[in-house]
Amino acid sequence: MSRLHVVSGKGGTGKTTVAAALALALAAEGKRTLLVEVEGRQGIAQLFETEALPYEERKIAVAPGGGEVFALAIDAEQALLDYLQMFYKLGGAGRALRKIGAIDFATTIAPGLRDVLLTGKACEAVRRKDRTGRFVYDHVVMDAPPTGRVTRFLNVNDEVAGLARIGPIHNQAQAVMRVLKSPETAVHFVTLLEEMPVQETSDGIAELRAAGLPVGGVVINMVRPAILDDAAVEAAANGRREEVARALSHALERTGSGSRGRTGFAEPLVEPLLQQAREHTERLALEQRGRADVARLSLPTYELQLLGDGVDLAGLYRMARELRKQGVAG
Amino acid sequence: MSLDSAARLEMDPVLDDPRTRIVVCCGSGGVGKTTTAAALGLRAAERGRKVVVLTIDPARRLAQSMGIDELDNVPRRVPGIDVSAGGELHAMMLDMKRTFDEIVEAHADKERARAILENPFYQSLSAGFAGTQEYMAMEKLGQLRARDDWDLIVVDTPPSRSALDFLDAPNRLGSFLDGKFIKVLMAPAKLGGRAGMKFLGVGMSVMSGPLNKLMGGQLLRDVQTFVAAMDTMFGGFRTRADATYRLLQAPGTAFLVVAAPERDALREAAYFVERLAAERMPLAGLVLNRVHGSEAARLSAERALAAAEALTGGSSEYAENLDGDGIVDRDSGQAGSRTADDPGTLTPTDTSSPESGFPQPASPGANAPGVPAERSPERLAAGLLRLHAERMQVLAREQRTRDRFTALHPEVPVAEVAALPGDVHDLAGLRAIGERLAARTDPDRPQAEVPRQHKQQEQQERGRQQDGQYERYEAP
Repeated sequence: MSRLHVVSGKGGTGKTTVAAALALALAAEGKRTLLVEVEGRQGIAQLFETEALPYEERKIAVAPGGGEVFALAIDAEQALLDYLQMFYKLGGAGRALRKIGAIDFATTIAPGLRDVLLTGKACEAVRRKDRTGRFVYDHVVMDAPPTGRVTRFLNVNDEVAGLARIGPIHNQAQAVMRVLKSPETAVHFVTLLEEMPVQETSDGIAELRAAGLPVGGVVINMVRPAILDDAAVEAAANGRREEVARALSHALERTGSGSRGRTGFAEPLVEPLLQQAREHTERLALEQRGRADVARLSLPTYELQLLGDGVDLAGLYRMARELRKQGVAG
Repeated sequence: MSLDSAARLEMDPVLDDPRTRIVVCCGSGGVGKTTTAAALGLRAAERGRKVVVLTIDPARRLAQSMGIDELDNVPRRVPGIDVSAGGELHAMMLDMKRTFDEIVEAHADKERARAILENPFYQSLSAGFAGTQEYMAMEKLGQLRARDDWDLIVVDTPPSRSALDFLDAPNRLGSFLDGKFIKVLMAPAKLGGRAGMKFLGVGMSVMSGPLNKLMGGQLLRDVQTFVAAMDTMFGGFRTRADATYRLLQAPGTAFLVVAAPERDALREAAYFVERLAAERMPLAGLVLNRVHGSEAARLSAERALAAAEALTGGSSEYAENLDGDGIVDRDSGQAGSRTADDPGTLTPTDTSSPESGFPQPASPGANAPGVPAERSPERLAAGLLRLHAERMQVLAREQRTRDRFTALHPEVPVAEVAALPGDVHDLAGLRAIGERLAARTDPDRPQAEVPRQHKQQEQQERGRQQDGQYERYEAP
């Protein structure tokens, strides 16, 4: 079972939410997970309804069955100083580097160094052990950059290892790549059942495979419940339109109060309601095609339904339960 | 505060004004930014302007629809548009590496250019790590504007989280170029020397060691070679980046923040609005994509669900209450007022509704989720009502998130674009989006031209007031 779960997906698919739900799901039954944010959005803090996360691993949730979820918003500059401290014991030099603008250079301008630091920090958390030799975190879940950038993001250390062919940077980059390319890592994609996100998912998977990075599963998010199918809408619109209108009228009358339950209230509603039903079936047909495309990827697939009122903490726990039920925790 | 207190963003006057030379679309990923840029470009061209659309990373089919699926970094004329107004549409997709290479080739002599292009450090940098895309988008925009071949440039910003990073490009480049780090890099011989020490004001033994130790001798040499080779070009980089930055601040530029009516997207939109104000960039308004409407908005979600329950013989207390007279409104009113905090209370007995989160087994007596087996008129009518309730919940949620944005930024005009059931990937689709974007509210215009979206909104308003439920949407 993988220990580093990288969650990517097209913008707007709910990547951060799914990453958080996955962290909760994997923490259930007494496990400990670390949820890592790399894009500086503080999306995790907002989801868990806490204040902005500092650059510090902090417990943010208790999972069902006593597990714990820790969260960390990785800051590239802090990570660099950390890294300098850890590998080179360069306390004072770190400050000196900052003074001459080297830290700025490293974290914003130097190619990929930012990504090196972010992936490096996540891999460090994966490998970290306590005094008894046990892994500190059973799982690390990373809310990663979107599909279009994730392969490059994860593969940055390969590039760096090629640039710095010897020395500590080379060794560090190699070590990170060993974790990322091992079965310890799984890269998951979040998608909606819409054409563009499904297409991007399949492109992203092809890219990952070409780079030799391990593909995990596909999480289909915001699935709508099927309420009426084509035949039903057809029947309601044509053959049985009058009966349906009568039934509507009757039901609204029964449930309406006094004056508002007047006759004729329902008739003007029939056409708009039918129109909405047609849009619904069109949407279902689109989802069906998307589902078939996802199935062709032959990967473990999980489905989460749309939370009609938006995601809150309770919704997050429901999503986590559902992911567990669908076997995400193995 | 409702959205209607925000001014409506009138798109056509912006597009038609010959003084508008640049439109920049920014926003978080997945909100339809590229589609919006393409639709605006098409609309402006069909209204007679000579337009070029610069896209960063379009979805394949959208690119194909504009004939720019070839990544050759040159604007291509888009065929198939209506040219009767005398306009033209060109489009291009940014090729980062090529843009970077071209700058090098244009600003360095042949030998130096070759040295740069072959430098491994340069090759990684130009292939597009975080940040490069933003610089190159700025650079390309500057180039296009300088050519003066088009009267309108529509730019789509990179899909990164910090889509406004490109605004930082000149500053960052500047602080790097003025910084001491580059001088350290360029003067390795001085490292450890007295001049260097004086210059840096830090002990050089602290400096030279770490750099070498950290980067490895060979990488440090590559970087130094690169920086030395680029030296003569840096000034030019900076001058152009500064010029582009000023261009963006000029009155001929219109920024559009693009969002969808979702919490995260609108939170990002608010950030963009604040950021643009801080940089004194001219914001034209907010484009809100994928807004849902309903022609039957006067029928509330609560009432639709209650009626659906009545039709399918829901046996819960809630449903029984509904059979009584006069209790309904009070009950559903309470349910409605709770929905903002606890979505679960809206439909306590409805196991198939979307906010229950996940498929659940149908409770006995309730309508089964999924497609009803039996096609009785009652079942069909109940299905229509449930769908409507779902739609109304979406509407209410969208209204709440929009209201939150409007409360924060009442000064920002908003253009709403009604949701389409499918994806857009041809010119006809882009044209339809353009029409929705530019929808006018002018009451003097003939009815037929009043866009559907707005009509829906009016009906919603009427419907809410009629049902006396408007205040429910005000839940914080």
